[in-house]
Amino acid sequence: MHLILFLIFGAVCVAGAINLLAQTHPINSALSLIAVMAALAGEYLLLGAEFVAAVQVIVYAGAIMVLFVFVIMLLNAGVEEHTRGSKVAILLGVPGMLTGGLLLAWVVLRNSAGETVPIGAMPGPPRAIAQLLFHDFLLPFEVTSILILIAIMGAVVLASKPPESAPPERVD
Amino acid sequence: MVPSYLPLSYYLLLGGFLFACGVAGFLIKRNIITIFMSIELMLNGVNLSFVAFAAHWHTLSGQIFVFFVMVVAAAEATVGLAIIISVYRTRETLNVDRVNLLKL
Repeated sequence: MHLILFLIFGAVCVAGAINLLAQTHPINSALSLIAVMAALAGEYLLLGAEFVAAVQVIVYAGAIMVLFVFVIMLLNAGVEEHTRGSKVAILLGVPGMLTGGLLLAWVVLRNSAGETVPIGAMPGPPRAIAQLLFHDFLLPFEVTSILILIAIMGAVVLASKPPESAPPERVD
Repeated sequence: MVPSYLPLSYYLLLGGFLFACGVAGFLIKRNIITIFMSIELMLNGVNLSFVAFAAHWHTLSGQIFVFFVMVVAAAEATVGLAIIISVYRTRETLNVDRVNLLKL
């Protein structure tokens, strides 16, 4: 039963990732990435990590991808154009991915044979998570709040329009 | 409920596949937004292996790490998309081949 669920969610993940590579319009890539993230939330639930699954759906598939779709629609991004550089990139990128993936698979299969993961038996209640997050990892937690503050300020500064009071361009 | 077991390598292979797809997308895509989405795909692959290892070692620290990775990814997405908007405003293109100056 668990294996079947793992295979279903994994198939959605794999199909979404391949679709992200195959599509040329960014909005299609964004939608397939949302499918990948939702399926990954299912995998997390299967592993017993309810907190991570909820955060995955809310933050990743919700907030971050909505931001992406918003920017794609704001900039009216069309089908990507292919230039000379993209042929070189495909020639180098696809064999590189295959080599890297096969190397990774070889290392994983060689070193983790016989290791198993218990399904749905992990003690991950919110109380234990909060104990870790707000007690053992309190300093990193507070540092991330500063990081987010800096990110907000950076986004506002970067995305705001340049001031209108700039000196007018010289007319020859 | 008696816990059932799956091999750890299944999860690691899935995470590795997602990471490899992210690397390939980062290399072969020309649209700057799609490249950015490939980075998010790589982060998702890493997160899956974090959670799988956390379940394997019966510890919760891996889930906390995933939480921090998500926070950093959110901050990164905010700043990155702001940079994309400002690049588009000055160059009116999203093709990375046409963005060859760091100057705004």
